Amino acid sequence: MAKPGKSVILILALLLIAAIISNTAIGSTSISPDITTKILVAEIINGALDITEKIFPSVTAKILMANPFIDKTWTDSQEVIITDIRLPRVLLAALVGAALSTAGCAMQGLLKNPMADPYIIGMSSGAALGASLAFMLLLPVQLLSFIGAVITIFVVYNISKIGGKVPVDTLLLSGIAVGSLLAAFTSLIIFISHSPHQIIFWLMGGLWTASWDKVKITSVMIIFGILVLYRFAWSLNVMLLGEEQAQYLGIHIEQVKRYVLVLSALVTAAAVSVSGIIGFVGLIIPHIMRIIVGPDHRILFPASTLMGAVFLVLCDTFSRTIIDSVELPVGIVTAMFGAPFFIYLLRKRRQSLYA
Amino acid sequence: MLEIRDLSAGYGHRHVLEHISLKASEGEVVGIIGPNGSGKTTLLKTITKVLEPISGTVLIDGTNVNEMQSTQIAKKVAVVSQVISINFEFTVEDIVLMGRTPYIKGSETFEDINIVRDAMEKTNTLFLKDRLITQLSGGELQRVIIARAFAQNPKILLLDEPTSHLDITNQIDILNLVKNASRKGMVVVAVIHDLNLAAYYCDKICLLQDGELISTGTPEQVLTSSNIERAFNIAVKVIPNEITNSLYVIPVLEPLHETLH
Repeated sequence: MAKPGKSVILILALLLIAAIISNTAIGSTSISPDITTKILVAEIINGALDITEKIFPSVTAKILMANPFIDKTWTDSQEVIITDIRLPRVLLAALVGAALSTAGCAMQGLLKNPMADPYIIGMSSGAALGASLAFMLLLPVQLLSFIGAVITIFVVYNISKIGGKVPVDTLLLSGIAVGSLLAAFTSLIIFISHSPHQIIFWLMGGLWTASWDKVKITSVMIIFGILVLYRFAWSLNVMLLGEEQAQYLGIHIEQVKRYVLVLSALVTAAAVSVSGIIGFVGLIIPHIMRIIVGPDHRILFPASTLMGAVFLVLCDTFSRTIIDSVELPVGIVTAMFGAPFFIYLLRKRRQSLYA
Repeated sequence: MLEIRDLSAGYGHRHVLEHISLKASEGEVVGIIGPNGSGKTTLLKTITKVLEPISGTVLIDGTNVNEMQSTQIAKKVAVVSQVISINFEFTVEDIVLMGRTPYIKGSETFEDINIVRDAMEKTNTLFLKDRLITQLSGGELQRVIIARAFAQNPKILLLDEPTSHLDITNQIDILNLVKNASRKGMVVVAVIHDLNLAAYYCDKICLLQDGELISTGTPEQVLTSSNIERAFNIAVKVIPNEITNSLYVIPVLEPLHETLH
């Protein structure tokens, strides 16, 4: 019931839409924002009509008679740049940012640890090892990194399980232990690899391989995972009082832990598999939003999701435009912008922001 | 009505409670006393099924807790622990609303909000409604936690040393609240360390020692110097307290063997 909550979410949602449109307009070929908007709107209309045509052919025919299309004032190449190159990239950035930030928020709430981020229990190390193996053996990188992350979380969870319960501290420590082990293997692969650059770039995180296929596959997992995570907002709130207190209020804490872990792992693995290890977003965005909207996950979750998306869209645009014809790994940009801002917030607040 | 029959409980192979039987009825404040490590907290955990018993049964209004879902139990039994610290900046109202957790499906209703308001009124915390929980004093915090317990609409209120770490005014304040709740028909079971407060507030007292119930009855029956010496291994004098019309337990602060003569 954080009072400023709902308006913050509305503002962030509008901000995200604005960020998606404006950042699609930005790039090495300059296309004005109004043409970008027109192309995007035309694309949405076309897409919507395609769908309605399949479901209600007669209604669609009538709409088509009214000719709702926008006059085409742009070139075909502009349309290709916007819809096939920039839009999927911006959308992928938004999805990955949303996924990492929401998963980070969930892990911080679940583990009650301010250091927690989506990678804390070894998922990133598992994904990195999967990706490294894929690069070395010329296998599909996206698939192997996803599998690596999922297997890791499964292993860590089962190591931590003691008599049907998963103590949070054990989970954290076994995550770090397994993560270190896997990181050692990744280093070994980099060391013996003939082309270590590919792996190192992947580890830095970037969205340069964005495509509509990637958007489609990840959006299903990420949006589904995030929406189901929202259902645990209240349980996570109550668990912040302590596990015993939560049990007295009728919460099945082990069940909540299991679901939240699995869902966080799913969205994180989906994000990492298309973007590499983009650091910082999942750690800092939830903290920033917690300072602004408070600890209530019913507001904090959607706020983190939206802010994570906005932040990564902006950082990605910066990373692909700051140097002509060179793309910086976006992980560098997220930390360079995010860290000073976060330090500023910490200082300004002058009190502990977390347990 | 809470009934415990021949209950044994513990952690792993270590038995903490052995063959406990007791009854607590509506309108009754039952005090549980005993030295540290005698199994008081374990008893409360077993009543709420947070800990599964090794043997024996706990009945709430005649229903075995083993056959109840944890949300069903949370609708019947509320627990107030020692003053806990909450480091997250929830408002007081948010915290009290958490008492509605077993009832809320999706989001809270007007009924929930009304019950929360009512619980805050009863505990004199309504004026704190929009304050952050991190900014309250110990006494205020404990009243909020009791409001949260009331918001559960429980039949049974379990308290685990609810007044430790509080000053004397707040101790009395909290126990008066609890006593009132029991007069209005709640079953109250409270672990209390202060024997004099227990003597004054409790209708019935259970004395635990090493996981066994060594004495049950009215304060006069249980709080005898021989019982207390046996359980706590300290010499005491128990005298009538004419001011409060209850008992007064005074520890005799010399080594046990010297005072026996």
